[in-house]
Amino acid sequence: MSDQHLLSVSELRGGYGQIKVLRGFDFHVAEGEIVVILGANGAGKTTTLRAISGMIERSGSVKLNGEELITTKPADIVHKGVAHVPQGRGTLPELSVEDNLRVGAYIRKDDDVDADMEQWYDVYPVLRERRNQRAGSLSGGEQQMLAVARALMSRPNLLLLDEPSLGLAPLIVQDLFARFAEINKETGTTMLVVEQNAQLALGIADRGYVLESGDISFDGPADALMNDDKIRKAYLGV
Amino acid sequence: MELFLARIFDGLSNGSTYALIALALVLIFKATTLINFAQGEFAMFGAFIVLVLATEQGIPMWIAVMLGMIVTAAVAAGVERTLIRPFDPADHLPLVIITLGLFLLINAVAGIVWRFDPRAFPELFPSGNVFSIGNAPLRWYTVFTLITLFVAVGLLTLLLNKTKVGLAFRAVSSNLESSQLVGIRVGPTLQFGWAIAAAVGTLGAAIFVADPFRQLQPNVMLTVLIYASAAAALGGLDSLGGAIIGGLAIGFVQSLLVPYTPIPNELSLAGAVLVLLVVLLFKPSGLFGTAQVERV
Repeated sequence: MSDQHLLSVSELRGGYGQIKVLRGFDFHVAEGEIVVILGANGAGKTTTLRAISGMIERSGSVKLNGEELITTKPADIVHKGVAHVPQGRGTLPELSVEDNLRVGAYIRKDDDVDADMEQWYDVYPVLRERRNQRAGSLSGGEQQMLAVARALMSRPNLLLLDEPSLGLAPLIVQDLFARFAEINKETGTTMLVVEQNAQLALGIADRGYVLESGDISFDGPADALMNDDKIRKAYLGV
Repeated sequence: MELFLARIFDGLSNGSTYALIALALVLIFKATTLINFAQGEFAMFGAFIVLVLATEQGIPMWIAVMLGMIVTAAVAAGVERTLIRPFDPADHLPLVIITLGLFLLINAVAGIVWRFDPRAFPELFPSGNVFSIGNAPLRWYTVFTLITLFVAVGLLTLLLNKTKVGLAFRAVSSNLESSQLVGIRVGPTLQFGWAIAAAVGTLGAAIFVADPFRQLQPNVMLTVLIYASAAAALGGLDSLGGAIIGGLAIGFVQSLLVPYTPIPNELSLAGAVLVLLVVLLFKPSGLFGTAQVERV
């Protein structure tokens, strides 16, 4: 059963040194889905993504297409098809926009890198205009687009997005999420999104999990979560 | 005027070496924010390899230089793997102590193997002068050290900007965590930086001792390292172009300070230290460096 999922996580624990953040929970993401993890500040959302991509000490089980990744190093996890857009975007500020995209394709050995770059330039034309500018000189929204495009340049099976809305103007955020939905439809890229902006995230997601103090307290289809009273009060502010 | 010109020419040739060693320092600093105090000794070791290959094995000089660069690159890669990588890159003090230890170790080993007697180094460049203005000769040596510097910088720029490993190196220098998240293996990439830095350093040492007025002995790079550190700091520590400008500038400071100020020749090194102090006090990011901004 669990091996059918693109990503199967069980008994996931992890943290930073003495501080244990994740208290052992299970979830999964099926091929082609957009799954959102909601939660307040400090609930462990970012830590969950960092545990999946191997950036912190973790234990339990993280399986990608049935293959165990719990002891795999971050760079090797990328080679397995996981791309992670970290919180705060994590662009390479001294490098040009184009070099940032090129570095996104670092693991690829095929000849379609330039074609893919053109494709993302079509999706985000502002990046084409600024292709020779330093990434550090872009605005926050542009950097987020760059970070997403760079992650997609690796042609991932699974895209991890860590609070893409953070620090961006509402209009830009709406556009960003609409694009996620489009990209998911057009390329079939599976996405696991961690987000505080529950309304937006649930709007594009198939399913959602609610993380509270390092444990999953709730899960269900996106529209069920959207209509759930408790969730509405806690995360949708209605 | 003649004195001035002669000193300018001196400054150019010394400055070329300082620039190359500064480049080596900057390469490692960019990626790790660490000054490799053993950089000069790596370079001295490389120059001895060149000397042995050229005089004892009869290998043509430029091929010997290239082989020397390859050997030191391999040694530096090994050192990175065994002595640098096991330590936490964020904790600088142990790493600084390791590079200081390497400095002493390489110096001592070179002393044991090759002794401390100065040895003549074969010429790399044609001897004689391009022209003389009165008593100020522009030597072919000076011209060719400059050419070597610019060719080396050109090749290095191509390597960093046009190859995949160069892209990975620039990425790691820019943002370590994001580099891991695009699948770059950080260890081997930093190792590449150490290897390239050592090769560049060896070239610097080789052209330094190829001056017919100089000889090779294990302490030859001690003062050069100080001039080069000042050059790297002046240029901004993380700027390759800055290292070159800084190197040449320090070369001029050194060669002009003694004839035009009451500073005795023995204290010309103090000029470099003075530049270092002034830069660190008033413009820590140097002329071309990136100012460190920490968001909290």
